[in-house]
Amino acid sequence: MKLIYHLSQITKSDRKHVGGKAFALAQMAHEGLPIPKTIGISTQAYNDFMDGTGLRTQVLMEYYRKSFDQMRWEEMWDCSLRIQNMFARTPIPATLAGALKKEIVKSFDNKPVAVRSSAVGEDSAKTSFAGLHESYLNVRGPKEVLEHIKHVWASTWSDAALLYRKEIGLDVEDSSMAVVIQELVHGQESGVIFGRSPVDRSKAVVEAVYGLNQGLVDGTVEPDRWMIDLDSEMIVSHTPAQRYKAIVPASRGVKIIRLPAGKREKPPLTKRKVNNLFKVEKRLAKLFGSDQDVEWTYDHSKLCLLQSRPITAMTGTEDDEDRQWYLTLRRSFDNLVGLRTKIENDIIPSMAAEAESLKKKDLRRISDEDLVTEISNRVSICEKWKKLYWEFCIPFAHGIRLFGMVYNKAVKPENPYEFLELLTGTALKSVRRNQRLQQLANKLNEDKHLAELVRSRKLPKDSEFSNEVAALAEELQTPMSGAVGLSELKDRMLDFIIEMAQAGRVKSQYKSRMSSKLEEKFLSSMPKRDHAFALELLELARASYRFRDDDNIYLGHIEKRLLDVVQEARERSEAASKIPLDISLAGEVARCLRNPNYHWEMRKSKAVEVQNRRVVSRQLIGQPAGAGLATGRARVILKAEDLFKFRKGEILICDAVDPNMTFVVPIASAIVERRGGMLIHGAIIAREYGLPCVTGIPEADKIIRTGYQITVDGYLGIVTINTSSV
Amino acid sequence: MLESRKDLRKKLKILFDRQRIGVLSTQKRNRPYASLVAFAATDDFRNFIFATPRTTRKYANIISSHRAALLIDNRSNQMSDFRKAMAVTVVGAVRELRKSKKNRLIQLYTDKHSHLKDFILSPTCAILCLTAETLHIVDRFQHVIEYHLNK
Repeated sequence: MKLIYHLSQITKSDRKHVGGKAFALAQMAHEGLPIPKTIGISTQAYNDFMDGTGLRTQVLMEYYRKSFDQMRWEEMWDCSLRIQNMFARTPIPATLAGALKKEIVKSFDNKPVAVRSSAVGEDSAKTSFAGLHESYLNVRGPKEVLEHIKHVWASTWSDAALLYRKEIGLDVEDSSMAVVIQELVHGQESGVIFGRSPVDRSKAVVEAVYGLNQGLVDGTVEPDRWMIDLDSEMIVSHTPAQRYKAIVPASRGVKIIRLPAGKREKPPLTKRKVNNLFKVEKRLAKLFGSDQDVEWTYDHSKLCLLQSRPITAMTGTEDDEDRQWYLTLRRSFDNLVGLRTKIENDIIPSMAAEAESLKKKDLRRISDEDLVTEISNRVSICEKWKKLYWEFCIPFAHGIRLFGMVYNKAVKPENPYEFLELLTGTALKSVRRNQRLQQLANKLNEDKHLAELVRSRKLPKDSEFSNEVAALAEELQTPMSGAVGLSELKDRMLDFIIEMAQAGRVKSQYKSRMSSKLEEKFLSSMPKRDHAFALELLELARASYRFRDDDNIYLGHIEKRLLDVVQEARERSEAASKIPLDISLAGEVARCLRNPNYHWEMRKSKAVEVQNRRVVSRQLIGQPAGAGLATGRARVILKAEDLFKFRKGEILICDAVDPNMTFVVPIASAIVERRGGMLIHGAIIAREYGLPCVTGIPEADKIIRTGYQITVDGYLGIVTINTSSV
Repeated sequence: MLESRKDLRKKLKILFDRQRIGVLSTQKRNRPYASLVAFAATDDFRNFIFATPRTTRKYANIISSHRAALLIDNRSNQMSDFRKAMAVTVVGAVRELRKSKKNRLIQLYTDKHSHLKDFILSPTCAILCLTAETLHIVDRFQHVIEYHLNK
């Protein structure tokens, strides 16, 4: 196998070496279709890079750290982030780089090119990696081209690509990637043709935008759309876009420009061009034997075909729908800015207002019948906000990831999570709440008389101290505080503040942003012309990081109002009082109130044996989520009451940390969480307090029990159980 | 979901059946020593039988201190071992077996290592049994569980 292929050299037997895209382009060139000057870098180059540098072993060790089936999507992001950072930090061996460079200079000199993925296996209607791997436009000069070839290789290990490989049953160990380098065509109109619409199979679709088609492919620019009836071959509809921007080549890379007024009013294509594109697709469908998805561009009315691939069969299963949702998380910067505005100006204020308005309703004065209606209303309200949370808040977390990817590509840090240091100290709501608790604890240390009054519960009711305790108890009264009433919650909080006072002063790791050396490091790694964008992105990522924690607290307040009404119903009905106070059981509680003869029975679930006397876990592997090392007594949080039993120096073990639970963190010595991912609340709060944290340990809250002595290694992501304490 | 005990036993049985040689660790007066031994294990994982001439250092060590460890693993000396290999350290006490044709432990050993029949028949060769107390099982590079046989 050769390292580099010119299109005229590619034969049928080379398909597995040059990938689907290069092979298709070679066939198109052979047919005399208009395509830009193109060369293919074979999988041999990828394999030489992987084996010559030892990266293959490193990558597979990382990939197999945890079973892929057990990973949440966030953990796949993490796994992919670590692997892609390995690529960024590994230089291409000199011999390989020299051979590639020589051919790049010979073919393109210093002309701008597009560096595109050409995945192996992307050559049938069953597998299409469309949109999963990276492509880069307007790359200039051999050094830059080599760097972007490496980016394309790294995209073999993007989370979306890993997930897709798993779904279609491709073995990651056999993964390899070929690359296509094409002369950049400065098209004024670009787009795609689908030979058969995935939605209406009797029609073909042509989509077009002004400028380059990157904007269309990544969703930044809305396209005009024409539908063509496959029988009559006539255009049956045209859906114009709101045309106001386009992606065009910049000095390097691409930029977004505002469209001039003349273009905003005019579709990018004439009917004649739409018909011409449809005919081209039919020719390609005949050549390849199946309906095609074609990318094209018009350069001063001269058509150029950039790529053609078969349209993938749609499965339409539930899993597939989940994956589609997941893929929409790959938001572009503009979309994220839009999400931020929506969350900041609309969702959070409305959520807070709704919680406040529900709180004002006096539930004791309404009839049983109205109470049942109120439960149903509040269930709907919770569902509405949860839906909005999933629709807007969860995708906004992608801002952190986008920043991480940009940071790692620019800085190539040793620690792939270094960028998170720039996001901490953004005054999370939970940290501000914990600071208020700490201030109360400090007062006890400073004032012995006050401490004695608190211990003996003789604190005057209207004192500044008791008012602050009441205010904090009110804030903490969320579903996490369970059935605990407000006065009992205040009492437990006093015990907790005493415990906190004994722990001494704890500070969250607040950092001064402007003096941050990391920020300078980041900016100095970016070209000067991109500094403004880099700062905007950093600001967006900080907001994304803050909302990741804060929006849960607001959602918790809404859920608490549902819990209030459920609690009121439990107090009115004996049958309902036997149902645990849990918002997921609100319907059952309402049923008891409606029908006095109804008796709820708890469904027994089969217990999972995770630990027994003879076989005990000694060392558990998770993900390192907070650097540091700590040994201490485990405290497993299974229900709200467990939080108030938390003692200084204990290690917090839980299924999933909720921001409403994190008031215990300032006195904890480490955090272990069953859920994994760098963006989970346990990891976020651990970083704020500089605590060792390991996440993503399956069944952590079942394997580890309260009282076990454990050691948390937040550097390596390992939890060791002192088995003599078991 | 974690691996069930049944699955774990199955994995251990396969490992002990397929591997023929392990690394025996012994010590005498603070001087540690390691040596390769051909072993056989009973299905309950309580007994690990091996043989050695009585003139060897390992035998002298065992006479001095009967506590020992035996490492059994399935590594293939490839980089993939870091993610695929499994290693079990058997920790316990060693006793010498009386040579008898009826001894089922010796029978088990000679069935697995028939080429060593003459070797073990020699009057200078001792047949020993490591009675396991704990198995320390390591896989996926750093994942460790302990199997306590006497609990």
